[in-house]
Amino acid sequence: MHVTSPVRTPLVTGGKTYADVTEDICKQVEGKPTRAWTIAFVISFVVLIYGTCCVFWTWWEGLGVWGLNKTVGWAWDITNFVWWVGIGHAGTLISAILLLFRMKYRTSINRAAEAMTIFAVICAASFILMHMGRPWLAYWALPLPNAFGSLWVNFNSPLVWDVFAISTYFTVSLVFWYMGLVPDLATIRDRATSKVSRYIYGAFSLGWNGGAKTWARYEYISLILAGISTPLVLSVHTIVSMDFATSVIPGWHTTIFPPYFVAGAIFSGFAMVQNLMLITRVVFKLEDYITFEHIESMNKIITLTGSIVGVAYITEFFIAWYSGVEYERYAFLNRMLGPYWWAYWAMMTCNVISPQLFWSRKIRRSITWTFVLSVIVNIGMWFERFVIIVTSLHRDYLPSSWAMFSPTMFDIGDYIFSFGLFFTLFLLFAKFLPVINMFEVKAIIRSASEKLPASVSGVAKGESVTSPTFNKNVE
Amino acid sequence: MSHHNDSAKFLVGVYDDDEVVLKAVTEVKSAGVRIHEVYTPFPIHGLDVALGHPRTRIGIAAFLFGLTGFLTMVSLTFYTMGYDWPMIIGGKDNYAYPAYVPVMFELTVLFTALGMVGTFLVSNGLGPTTKPLMFDLRSTDNKFVMAIDLGKNKKTEAEIATVLRASGAAEVNVKQF
Repeated sequence: MHVTSPVRTPLVTGGKTYADVTEDICKQVEGKPTRAWTIAFVISFVVLIYGTCCVFWTWWEGLGVWGLNKTVGWAWDITNFVWWVGIGHAGTLISAILLLFRMKYRTSINRAAEAMTIFAVICAASFILMHMGRPWLAYWALPLPNAFGSLWVNFNSPLVWDVFAISTYFTVSLVFWYMGLVPDLATIRDRATSKVSRYIYGAFSLGWNGGAKTWARYEYISLILAGISTPLVLSVHTIVSMDFATSVIPGWHTTIFPPYFVAGAIFSGFAMVQNLMLITRVVFKLEDYITFEHIESMNKIITLTGSIVGVAYITEFFIAWYSGVEYERYAFLNRMLGPYWWAYWAMMTCNVISPQLFWSRKIRRSITWTFVLSVIVNIGMWFERFVIIVTSLHRDYLPSSWAMFSPTMFDIGDYIFSFGLFFTLFLLFAKFLPVINMFEVKAIIRSASEKLPASVSGVAKGESVTSPTFNKNVE
Repeated sequence: MSHHNDSAKFLVGVYDDDEVVLKAVTEVKSAGVRIHEVYTPFPIHGLDVALGHPRTRIGIAAFLFGLTGFLTMVSLTFYTMGYDWPMIIGGKDNYAYPAYVPVMFELTVLFTALGMVGTFLVSNGLGPTTKPLMFDLRSTDNKFVMAIDLGKNKKTEAEIATVLRASGAAEVNVKQF
């Protein structure tokens, strides 16, 4: 018998039974699309079409359509890439690291957060392809034999590490997410009334029947997947940061980058999870599953990682001064006081000051505050990457080549493309797949529900089914 | 699932609660009934132990796949950077292995994940064309289902049904494949 301390606040409210969980989550998948969903989907799809036209023109015409110049050769493309990859990190953190820490609150949010990871990595990868200018030659980044050119790829380069890191991360996240979906797809399959959905969900549920032996192996592989995903997710943003840190550009050549980037990634990722979940929760009426407890727990992680990011900003500054290297010092002073001062201070305000508001319990548990601050955090994290990339490049060693970067409609349009893609994919996910991991929620409600532990099976409401009177007729 | 033959007849005990079914496994076994398998909507810790299933060895497979990935990248970096077209970059050795640790790690993880999940699917006979062996459709929703293969038990159908009911089964049904 599981015993939960009464001090602990419930993670699933409304006295849900196992059958209620199935019903509440499957309703969304089985019913007709709601009005809100349809409107959101149409808007996202129109945005995606507009963005696709912009991307098409970028590829057709070449990277000259962007605002790049000979001094600033990386700008919005890599900013967007790092931003999206960072957002993706929260999904893996929730599904893998919180699994290792046995955090029960992850069960209601892991499915959607992992989906977000996959879509965010797709968006990030699209900027890698875009910034190549000639995406049909993308395979040159792979270690292919000499017939394709005179040389192998250079394994000393962090850009090659990135190819391996991002593709591994995408593949492993997809596998992890899909394996998590299989038992729930089987639930939908067994409830399906139409032939088409029974066939489709049947094929994707791989013939799952929930036998004890299968479950035992399943739990084992989930644990190993979590165990390998944890260092993987840390390695991905470490390697992304090394794209900068292994160069010799003042402002980039910094050993603090890996932990600072990883913290920033989790910070922005949790903010995006908040934004998505707060909307999903209302639209799909999941208030009993995504409770204030979940919102508050995530806000605590936002505060923690936001503070780490703040300390990193200050450390960077101190080290630039302490290093005694005048170019380093200039790079940082230029960030703060130079022509891009507004971007720097936007970053500082959004990332360092705003999450500190979550020290107040009232703000931490307020939906409006959480939503607004999460948007602000993601704006701040976009500016962080912009500041790191553009302000470090725009004034280099030769004052005669100093330049400013200003985006064209294609810089903006290609960024809009990624939003269209992200939200289109997320909405499709939310409609056709269970947004909450049903089997994991069922596994925790006995200990995490507000009701008596015995009532979750729905048969013996209010009284314990394991009471000694139960087997009376045998004796 | 290898046990599946065409004329198998099963007795299916349907339980309402996960704690009841976990206790029932021990009771049914001690009454001398051989349990085919228990099907549940979510994993119940200790159920595989109660049923006497051996501990999975899939971890060994995962390790071997990971090792393969690691050695693949060691070989690839050694061949490309150290042997086939050696270059001096930054005055370092041709095979400057610390710089290849990130890619070695990534391939280790990739091979572990894909190999292990592939092994899992194969060893459980799971695949897009697999027909699920369902004793009760509610076992993926809220019911806990114990299947007894009548052909592999000496007791009669009626005797086993009594044992199942006594162990807390809310329903006892017959299922023929």
